[in-house]
Amino acid sequence: MTRKEWSHLIRIGLLMGLAVLVVSVIGMVEKFNERALIVGYLTLGQLLLYIPALYAGYTSVPAGEHRAMPQRLLGGVVVGLLAVMPVILLILVASSWPGIRSYFVNISPNMVKILTAGKGVGPGIGLLAGEMAALGLIGAAIHLIPDRIRKPIVTAIIFTVGFALFSDVSLNIANQLFARKTVRVLFGTKGITPLATVIVFVISLVAASLWTWKGREAYARRQANMSSEQAKRSQRIATTVLMIVLLTLPWVLGVFLTDVLDRVGIFILMALGLNIVVGFAGLLDLGYVAFYAIGAYVTAIMTSTGNLGMGLSFWLAVPVAVVAATMAGIILGIPVLRMRGDYLAIVTLGFGEIIRVLVRSDLLKPVIGGAQGILNIGRPTIPGLTFTTPQHFYYLILLACLLAWFISGRLRDGRIGRRWMAVREDEDVAEAVGINLVITKLLAFAMGAAFAGLAGSLFAARVGTIFPNSFELLISINVLCIVIIGGIGSLPGVVVGAFVLVGLPELLREFDEYRMLMYGALLIIMMLVRPEGLWPSPITRREMHAAEENAAAVEAEHSSDIRAAVEG
Amino acid sequence: MSILELNDVHAYYGKIHALKGVSLTVEKGEIVSLIGGNGAGKTTTLRTICALMRPTVGSVTFNGENLERYKPSALTAKGIAMVPEGRGVFARMTVLENLEMGAFHRKDKEIGDDIDRIYELFPRLKERRTQLAGTMSGGEQQMLAMGRAMMSRPSLLLLDEPSMGLAPVLVEAIFSTIVDINKQGTTVLLVEQNALMALNIADRGYVLQTGAIALSDSAKALQQNEMVQKVYLGIE
Repeated sequence: MTRKEWSHLIRIGLLMGLAVLVVSVIGMVEKFNERALIVGYLTLGQLLLYIPALYAGYTSVPAGEHRAMPQRLLGGVVVGLLAVMPVILLILVASSWPGIRSYFVNISPNMVKILTAGKGVGPGIGLLAGEMAALGLIGAAIHLIPDRIRKPIVTAIIFTVGFALFSDVSLNIANQLFARKTVRVLFGTKGITPLATVIVFVISLVAASLWTWKGREAYARRQANMSSEQAKRSQRIATTVLMIVLLTLPWVLGVFLTDVLDRVGIFILMALGLNIVVGFAGLLDLGYVAFYAIGAYVTAIMTSTGNLGMGLSFWLAVPVAVVAATMAGIILGIPVLRMRGDYLAIVTLGFGEIIRVLVRSDLLKPVIGGAQGILNIGRPTIPGLTFTTPQHFYYLILLACLLAWFISGRLRDGRIGRRWMAVREDEDVAEAVGINLVITKLLAFAMGAAFAGLAGSLFAARVGTIFPNSFELLISINVLCIVIIGGIGSLPGVVVGAFVLVGLPELLREFDEYRMLMYGALLIIMMLVRPEGLWPSPITRREMHAAEENAAAVEAEHSSDIRAAVEG
Repeated sequence: MSILELNDVHAYYGKIHALKGVSLTVEKGEIVSLIGGNGAGKTTTLRTICALMRPTVGSVTFNGENLERYKPSALTAKGIAMVPEGRGVFARMTVLENLEMGAFHRKDKEIGDDIDRIYELFPRLKERRTQLAGTMSGGEQQMLAMGRAMMSRPSLLLLDEPSMGLAPVLVEAIFSTIVDINKQGTTVLLVEQNALMALNIADRGYVLQTGAIALSDSAKALQQNEMVQKVYLGIE
């Protein structure tokens, strides 16, 4: 191997080694080890160790290289071993110097035990090194398998791991549908049984193979041959199926998962609103939680049966809450009209904090309860039913989300959407074509605030008690992350983003301590790998695509300019 | 009555006295050039006309009507179109969408015809109609910005440094289009550093120096003027 290839291997190996070291030292391995994926065989903590080695092996082979495979395999073993080196050092240090715990609290004997698989330091290190080297080898060897076989296998493995990771979802569904005894065969208290692993793997392998070999082409052919009428009909069928699924979902998922869905739904509602402000109009708002808080507090005060509340109906409170939030949006909007970019972000951030401080202040305590919050918030009622369970609220939230989706879409495609887009692109030019910046921006703030007010209102009714702590800056950041990671300006993106950033952490409780770390990592990875978001809007996609072509365009620019000039 | 009249306009950036009594008139059907060096107040004058800045003293009248009470965005509907300095296009919209945005305040049915007319003026734009404006070359973006401005059917077109950053051969193309636009009946006020080109196509010209009009005459006479030749045309 050449020098260059060696340095490539060393770099990848040590980088992944560093990753393994970091996740061990900050306690992730130990914490995640409590979460079984395949009962008795694989835990999430182990997976965390193995993935870097596997990835190092996989990337140790340069893209498109197939020559000299024995050398590549050797390279895989080398990176696997390099990836384990730092953590072996860690094991040695930790086992010979217990005092290190006073500096790094997470370097515990238990962590060492996990890393050495409980076999003592010597054999444990040997075993770990062997495993990691083998994984590096496997990672490199994957390239040996031809595409059409490799793809289904990799897909099936990823699906199986994902299935095990989110076994809570399938467990809850299974609990609704099958007898407890049957369920126990497939699911442990955490993770899935080896039998279930095999079943899931085989099924997903078969499905992935069929798709790779036959399905994809057939699907593409059908799509291409479809007349516009057929396309419309299949769209209608898809919508109908989706609606039926949405309506029956809470009864299939059970209480716990429906509750998760409710939380996701409230965040979808907020993110749809912020998407108008940030995505459509391009105004960076970091104080968005303020409107959510206003919606929640107005609802709480109006409906609470406690001594602070008025005991009015929820249905009366909702419109008032929405109007109050909208007014607040306009009031915030007016002073910040002249601000752009960073300055706007800072001022809105301040506004969010003002609301939070006001809410917990002693000054307003007689009205809104201060740090003790408001209790006994009234539940919505319709004749014959009081909304109490997550399932009840699911329908209410679903309705609100569908409404917000519909309104967002109509606004985006209408004249006002064009105005927002123009302001986002260039305020000066927008003004030059006759767009009133004041009205356009205020409308964006007002619409965004209205959605957040509705979300706050539903939140208050759902949880029954609200505290100032529920309205931290973190919510604003969270919603903004949803919009960015989902795809700025994209409605489906917002939904996907909410599921990823709110739904997943609910299912992966073990992650909770590391939630912010995960957010940060996810944001960085997204900006590097997929800056347009998970489900970008057609406009963003178009732009990203154009950026790729831009290099060629710039090259052609000079000649085309001259040609244009000569032509006339 | 002049289509545009500035009467003893003073304007400030904070404490900086940027315009110190600028008076100028533009008659219907003319091309008028406003030339001057960096910091002479050319762009400030345009910004004052567009109501982006308000004159502290003095007035701006359009067809005899004081523009004081109008917002910048309301001027498009009145018949004033502005092409800001440095390509005023919406980078992430296509060429066609940019042109449509130019007609944003219009509700008539002739917008499609006008787009065709713009394509006649700038054949390049027709070729590139589905391309994103931001990916086009500087010259094409300048053409698009002018086309976009024309879409509002202005009676007065304000151009801020249309030659900036363009290859000489392109500058000529842009300027000959300005003449075409003018022949089709639009009055043009052109702000330029490139005095040679600006005076070539203009009927009359003003020379702006440190916030005040230093000279005003027919374009021909200005080209012969010794000071203009020395300072702005580089003729010794």
